Amino acid sequence: MADNLTLILFLPMLGGLILTLLPSSKPVLVKFWANLVLGCNALWTLTLLGRFDATHDLQFIQRLPWIPSLGAEFFLGVDGYSMLLFAMTSAVGFLASLASWNAIDTRLKEFYVSLLILQSCVAGVFLAVDALLFFVFFEASLIPMFFLIAIWGGEQRRMAAMKFIVYTVAGSMLLLVGLLLLYFEHWRQTGFFSFSLPALWATKPEGDLGLWIFWLMFAGLAVKVPMAPFHTWLPDAHTEAPTVGSVYLASIMLKMGTYGFLRLVLPGVPETVKQANVLWWMSVLALIAIVYGALVCLKQKDWKRLIAYSSVSHMGFCMLGMFSLNPAGISGSMLQQVNHGISTGLLFILVGLMYERRHTREISEYGGLFGPMPAFSFVFLIAAVSSMGLPPLNGFVGELRILTGAFEMSVPWALWAGLGVVLTVAYLLWCYQRVTLGETSAKNLGLADLSGREWAVVLPFLIAAIGIGVYPQPAFDMLERPVKQIMEKVRPNYYAQSN
Amino acid sequence: MQFNNLFSILPAAVLALFGCVLLLLRFDSSRPYLIFLAFAELLAAIGLWRQTDFLGFTGFRGAILIDPFGIAFNAICLVAGLICAVGAYRYMEREDEDHPEFYGLILLAQSGMYLMNSGTELITVFIGLEITAVSFYSLTGFLRSNPRSSEAALKYLLLGAFSSGLLLYGFSILYGLSGSTHYLNIASMLATRNSRDPLILMAILPIVLGLLFKIAAAPLHMWAPDAYEGAPTPVTAYLATASKAAGFALLLRLILGPLHDLRPAWEGLITFAAIASLTVGNLAAITQSSTKRLLAYSSIGHVGYILLGLVAGNKTGIEAMLLYLLVYTLMTTGAFLLLSALDREGVTDFRGLLYRHPGVALLMILLLLSLAGLPPTAGFVAKYMIFLSLVQARQYWVAVIAALYVAVSLYYYFRIIREMLHNPDDSPATLTISTGWRAAVGLTAILSLGLGLNPEPVLAWARSALR
Repeated sequence: MADNLTLILFLPMLGGLILTLLPSSKPVLVKFWANLVLGCNALWTLTLLGRFDATHDLQFIQRLPWIPSLGAEFFLGVDGYSMLLFAMTSAVGFLASLASWNAIDTRLKEFYVSLLILQSCVAGVFLAVDALLFFVFFEASLIPMFFLIAIWGGEQRRMAAMKFIVYTVAGSMLLLVGLLLLYFEHWRQTGFFSFSLPALWATKPEGDLGLWIFWLMFAGLAVKVPMAPFHTWLPDAHTEAPTVGSVYLASIMLKMGTYGFLRLVLPGVPETVKQANVLWWMSVLALIAIVYGALVCLKQKDWKRLIAYSSVSHMGFCMLGMFSLNPAGISGSMLQQVNHGISTGLLFILVGLMYERRHTREISEYGGLFGPMPAFSFVFLIAAVSSMGLPPLNGFVGELRILTGAFEMSVPWALWAGLGVVLTVAYLLWCYQRVTLGETSAKNLGLADLSGREWAVVLPFLIAAIGIGVYPQPAFDMLERPVKQIMEKVRPNYYAQSN
Repeated sequence: MQFNNLFSILPAAVLALFGCVLLLLRFDSSRPYLIFLAFAELLAAIGLWRQTDFLGFTGFRGAILIDPFGIAFNAICLVAGLICAVGAYRYMEREDEDHPEFYGLILLAQSGMYLMNSGTELITVFIGLEITAVSFYSLTGFLRSNPRSSEAALKYLLLGAFSSGLLLYGFSILYGLSGSTHYLNIASMLATRNSRDPLILMAILPIVLGLLFKIAAAPLHMWAPDAYEGAPTPVTAYLATASKAAGFALLLRLILGPLHDLRPAWEGLITFAAIASLTVGNLAAITQSSTKRLLAYSSIGHVGYILLGLVAGNKTGIEAMLLYLLVYTLMTTGAFLLLSALDREGVTDFRGLLYRHPGVALLMILLLLSLAGLPPTAGFVAKYMIFLSLVQARQYWVAVIAALYVAVSLYYYFRIIREMLHNPDDSPATLTISTGWRAAVGLTAILSLGLGLNPEPVLAWARSALR
C-alpha cells in the first residue's frame, strides 16, 4: 500500500477530480487543497526514496494487463535513475505550485485542475516500464501544459502554446513510428508482441533498420530535449508560460527527452548508437547546443528568456555525457538532469517572484536588488552558482563527471564543452551583476524581501543543491546499476577492458 | 430458400419499410418521428444481432452474404444514423424544417448502405449505392429556404451522377471480362488474367475512381467541402461517416475479393489517393475560416489515413481500417453535431466557449483531441494501428509522412481550441441543445476517450469482423 506506485501516480489526478467539486468562489480553499495534494504527493515520493534499495534494479513493480492483444501492459516500476527523476518531479512540482500561491488570480480552479493532471502525466512518464504507456503519458502531458501556457501565460501565450504543441507532436509522432519499428522487430525475432522495456532491450536491430529506428526516435526526443536545431519552440514556451509552467517545462518535461534517450535509444539500438558517424553527429549537436545556447544567453535582455536559453546549453551537457558512452559520462548526464531540475527550477521560481513584485522581466528594469532584498539576492547567487557548476554545489559534481566522460571519449570535444562552462559562468554572473548589484533605482527601493512562504519554497531547493554538491555518493550509488545496465548493452566489453 | 432470402435483407427491409411509412406520417410535433426512427433502428439492430448466428448464409443466389465483415460495417452505419438523427432533432426545429421526410430519408439511405455493405453482386451493390446517393442528394438540399443547401445538393447530384456512371462503366467491363456479376464467379474468371492486361486496367480504373469519389478521397474530393458545408449539419455528420463507411465496405469487398490478385493494377492508384488525400485534406484545412469546411477537409485527411491501411495491405491494415472507421464515425459525428448546436459556423464563433459553456467546450476538446490522434483518445489507437500496419509492410517512408501530417492536423484542430480560450465576444454564438443532443454528443465524446484508455474491446471487435 505504502509503496503502491499506481496510487502515487494517480493521487494528483484524483485530487484534481475532487477539486472540480469544490466551490470556485473560495479561492483559498482551492489553493489549499491543490497544494495539500501536491505536498502529500511529494512527501510520499520522498518516503519511497528512503525505502529504495540501490542494490536492485526495478522496484515497487506494478504489472497489470492493459491491451493484451498489442502486448501493452500497465507496467510501473522504478530503478535508481527513474527514482531520482520521479522524486525530483514530485518535489519540484509541489514547490513550483507553492511558489505560485499569489501568481494566478483568474480561473483559479481550472488552473489547479490542469496542474494536478499535469503532475500525474509527467510522473507517469518516469514510472512507466512499458514503452506504449510511456508514450501515452509523454503525449498526454502536452495537453494540460498547452492549457497552462495558453490560458495563464504572458502576452504571446497562444502563439507560444501552439508552437509548443505542434512542434513537440511532430517529433513525438516520429518517435511513435520508431517505437513501432523496434516493437515489430522484437515480434519478428521472438514471435510475441510486447512493449515492456526489458523485452525491447533484448531486441538487437541492426543495419538499416537500426538506423531508421535511431533517427526516428532521435527526431522525437531531440525536439523534447531540445537539441540544437530543434530548440526553437523552447524560448517562446518557457518565456510565455506562467512560472509554474516554466518550472514544469524546464525541470521536468525536458528530462522526458533525455530519459527517452537513455531508456529507448541507447539500450534499444546499441549497435547503431556505437557507429562512429552517429556518435559524431550527436556530439557535434550537443556541443552546438552548449556553445550556441550560452552565446545566445549573453545577449538576452529578458531575464526569463535568458534562463530558458540556459536550459538549451545545460541539456547539451546532458546529451554530451550520454553519448560519450562511458560510465562517467552517463552517470554524470543522469545526475546533471536532476541538478538542472533543481537549479533551473529555482531560477525560474526566483524570476517568477520578482515578476509578481514588478511585473516586468526586463533585466534593465532591475539593478541593485541587494539593497532592498538581500535574502533574495543571496538565494539567487546560490542558484546561479549551482547552475554554473561551481563547487561545492550540485552542478559541479554533474558537470565534472560529464567532462570526465567527454575527455575519455575525445579531448577536443571536452575542450569545447569546457568553453561552454566558461560562457555559462560569464552569462550567469553578468546577469547576476545587472540584477542585484549597482545603484538601486527608485522603482526597486520599496521591494519586500522573501516572505515566509517564499522561504519555504526556496529552502528545499537550497538544501538539495548543497546536499548533492557536498555528498553526491548516495545519488551515484543509485545510478550505478542503471548505468551498468546501459553500458552492458552499448559496450559489453567496457568493464573487462578497463580492469 | 425463401426464408434465407428474406432473412438476409431483413434489416434493410425493416429500414426501408419504416422509412417509407415515415414519408407518409404527419404529426404536430416532430418527436414521434424520432421515436419511430429509433424503433426502426432498434429492430434493424436486433436483425443484425440475430444474423451473427447465421454467418455464411447467402440470399438471392449469392447476391447478399451474411458475414462478420458486413455486420461490422452495418453496425457502424447504424450507430452513425442513430446518433445523427437523435442529435439533429433540435437543429431541424431551429431551421424550421423538422419534417418526417428527414427521418425517413435517413432510414432509406441506411437501407441502401446495408446493400452496399453486405452485397456481393455488382448490380445489388450498385442499386444500394444509388439508393444511398439519392437519399443523400435530397438530404443535402433539405434546407429548402437556404440557397447554399440547394447549391450543395445540385453540385453533389451532378458530380455524384458522373461518378456513378464511371463506376457502372467499370462494372460493365468487369462483367464483359468475366461473364458474371457475382464476386465469386468474377474472381474465378479473372484468376487467369494478368494485372497488366489493358482490359483489366480499363475495368479497375473507373471502379476505383468511382469509389474514391464516394469516400471523398483526393483527387476526387472536390465536391465534398461544398456539399458538406451546404448540407444541414447533422446530414453532414451522416454523410461524412456512414456514407464513407459504406463506400469503404464496397471498395474493400471488391478489392480484397475478386480484384485481390490484381493488386499491381490498383496499388499505385490507392497509394496516390491516400497520400494526396492526406496532403490536400490537411493542408487545405489550415486556412479555412468556417469550422464546417475545416472539418470537411479534415475528413478528407482522415480518408487518407484509412486508405493507408489498404496501402499496407496486410491483415493488420484491414483491421486498422475497420477500427479507424468506427472511431472516425464516433468522433466526426460528435464534432459535427456539436457544431450544429451553434447558430454560426465560423472558427471564431467558438471564441470564449470554454468560459460560457465549459461542459460543451470540454466535449469539443475531447473530440478534437481524438480527431487529432493524441493519446489517450481513441483517435490515437486508430492511427497507431495504421502506423503499425505500415511498419509491418515495411512502408517506412509512408509511415513517416503520415506521422508528420498528424502535427499539421494538430495545428488546425488546435486553432478551434485556441479560439475557445479567448475571452468571449460581445455577441457570442448561441447554443440550442436538446436532451437527445446531449446524449448523442456525450456518448461520442465519452467513447472517444474510453476506447482510447481501454482499446481492447474495439481491437477484438475489428479482429472478429475479419474472421
